[in-house]
Amino acid sequence: MQRKTISYAKYGYFFSIPFVLAFLIFNLYPLIYTTVIGFTDLRGLMRTDINILENPLDNFRAVLSSPLFQRSLSNTAIIWIFNFIPQIVIALLLTAWFTNRHLKIRAQGIFKVLIYMPNIITAATIALLFYSLFGYPKGPVNDLLLGLGFIDQPLNFHLQRWTARGVVAFIQFWMWYGHSMIILIAGVLGINPTLFEAAEIDGASATQIFFRITLPRLKTIVLYTLVTSAIGGLQMFDIPRLFLLGGPDNATITATVYIYNQAFSGSYLYNRAAAASLILFVIIAILSAILFYVMRDRDLVRQRKRERQMRRDARARAREVAV
Amino acid sequence: MNESMSKSRQVYKVIIYIVCTFLAILSIFPFWIMFMNATRSTFQIQQNSIGLVPSTFLMSNYKILMGKTFNPITGFINSMLISSGATLGAVYFSSLTAYALVAYSWKLRQPFFTFIMAVLMIPTQVNAIGFYQFMYRIDWTNSLWPLILPAIATPAVVFFMRQYLLATLSLDIVDSARIDGAKELYTFNRIILPIMKPAIATQAIFQFVFHWNQLFLPLILLTNNSKYTMPIMVSLLRGDIYKTEYGSVYLGLSMTVLPLFIVYFLLSKYIIAGVALGALKE
Repeated sequence: MQRKTISYAKYGYFFSIPFVLAFLIFNLYPLIYTTVIGFTDLRGLMRTDINILENPLDNFRAVLSSPLFQRSLSNTAIIWIFNFIPQIVIALLLTAWFTNRHLKIRAQGIFKVLIYMPNIITAATIALLFYSLFGYPKGPVNDLLLGLGFIDQPLNFHLQRWTARGVVAFIQFWMWYGHSMIILIAGVLGINPTLFEAAEIDGASATQIFFRITLPRLKTIVLYTLVTSAIGGLQMFDIPRLFLLGGPDNATITATVYIYNQAFSGSYLYNRAAAASLILFVIIAILSAILFYVMRDRDLVRQRKRERQMRRDARARAREVAV
Repeated sequence: MNESMSKSRQVYKVIIYIVCTFLAILSIFPFWIMFMNATRSTFQIQQNSIGLVPSTFLMSNYKILMGKTFNPITGFINSMLISSGATLGAVYFSSLTAYALVAYSWKLRQPFFTFIMAVLMIPTQVNAIGFYQFMYRIDWTNSLWPLILPAIATPAVVFFMRQYLLATLSLDIVDSARIDGAKELYTFNRIILPIMKPAIATQAIFQFVFHWNQLFLPLILLTNNSKYTMPIMVSLLRGDIYKTEYGSVYLGLSMTVLPLFIVYFLLSKYIIAGVALGALKE
């Protein structure tokens, strides 16, 4: 009888302590610290003192009205969109091909391994590699385009805003479409196979099956890919920072490159950088909340809805009785 | 009619193979040029920048590369220390936290899990300014610890490990260990961890690659070139001193890619499976 009263619940707390401590020290405290710095005059090397500004919101006002910060946000959005649209389209196309049971595409394993590969290579290396590949006037890409007769004169990709943004977006696309493809294929493999069989018996074509069964069932995973890609896109740093150092004419400065430049490259405006970080944090938190909502436990939600409905019914009934 | 249908299917399949082959080449081609140009002289590269076969200038490129600030051995050692330490911390403590969430019923269990889900996507960049100031105050800039210790709290790995434990762990094993008189931490280390081996292997690969490739925080914290990591070494190749040394730049890039290539092609099966597994959160 005595044995039964032993409670092991305390170990649940014990074993969570390292995580919680590391989180508090290295995540939460720095986040609060960043928030506080956002309201101070902290700028210049080797300063750590905290002086809250007379108008505490000055840094936020300055950042939000800064044309460079606005430019960095719009660059981030532009580069992300030009990477995400081709990424999801090609990933979906490959998913449709690789999971089509009649086509039986061979060597899928090799294709997947090669297409996913750029994703694990150091982004810093890839940024420099593409800087060399898109060299002007001599560079592999220019040589290739000239050789194939697509252009008559070498293009200076690094000097024009839209080619520079285009190359950054292409690198992001190239690094990530394999990742999205594998996630989408896993999603298709998770769909109940009897659905496809039934559709085939009913005489549906492969295209119909893809648009009427596969795609609607993949909705959550596509949404998951969209939101995680957007959050990842907001953190885009290595490639825009090293590819053209944010240039030409600030065309590839992203939000995180802006934060880095404010704080660590010459100007040491920690307070401005902190304010920009918090604005970025708010945007990411909103996207996270959307993701949280998308990925929430469906059954739990349904159950709660049912409970709410029952309570409402009960109240309605009670009112009727009262009348 | 049936014949024409199968014929059009054949054409369709040929198109698919062509597109897939093109995409596969698109993945390899940049790296192929990089490896080949690493063995070619600057003059050869200026003459024709696409070399499909190796040349003989590997050693001279190497000498030029090593004669300047680029030091791949220091970078390799530092990156190895950070990535190994961070991976170990992330995997062990995330498994422990996941075990706490699955094996014990405690009051704050559900709120704690909800909290982990909520902070899952918060990146380090948003608190980097406070983190830097904090590290500066305790004199931990130019130390590898601030790049290792935060990995103890990696919410994504906790989430993954929890899913794995929910699917595989039977609490009977834990109970029978208790009857045998085993302490709770001993049970975790000796019985639960071995059960989790497949999940640990997958997450270890991803954590290692993630920390190996990190640039943002190391770039902020490490200013002493004896502490530089591999990605910081790479960023040095962007500098003016290598501006005209095309062959050497390609060689430096190749040296940073080679270890990742070896790891990837040895483990690609597990890596692809791991990516797919990450998607089964639904």
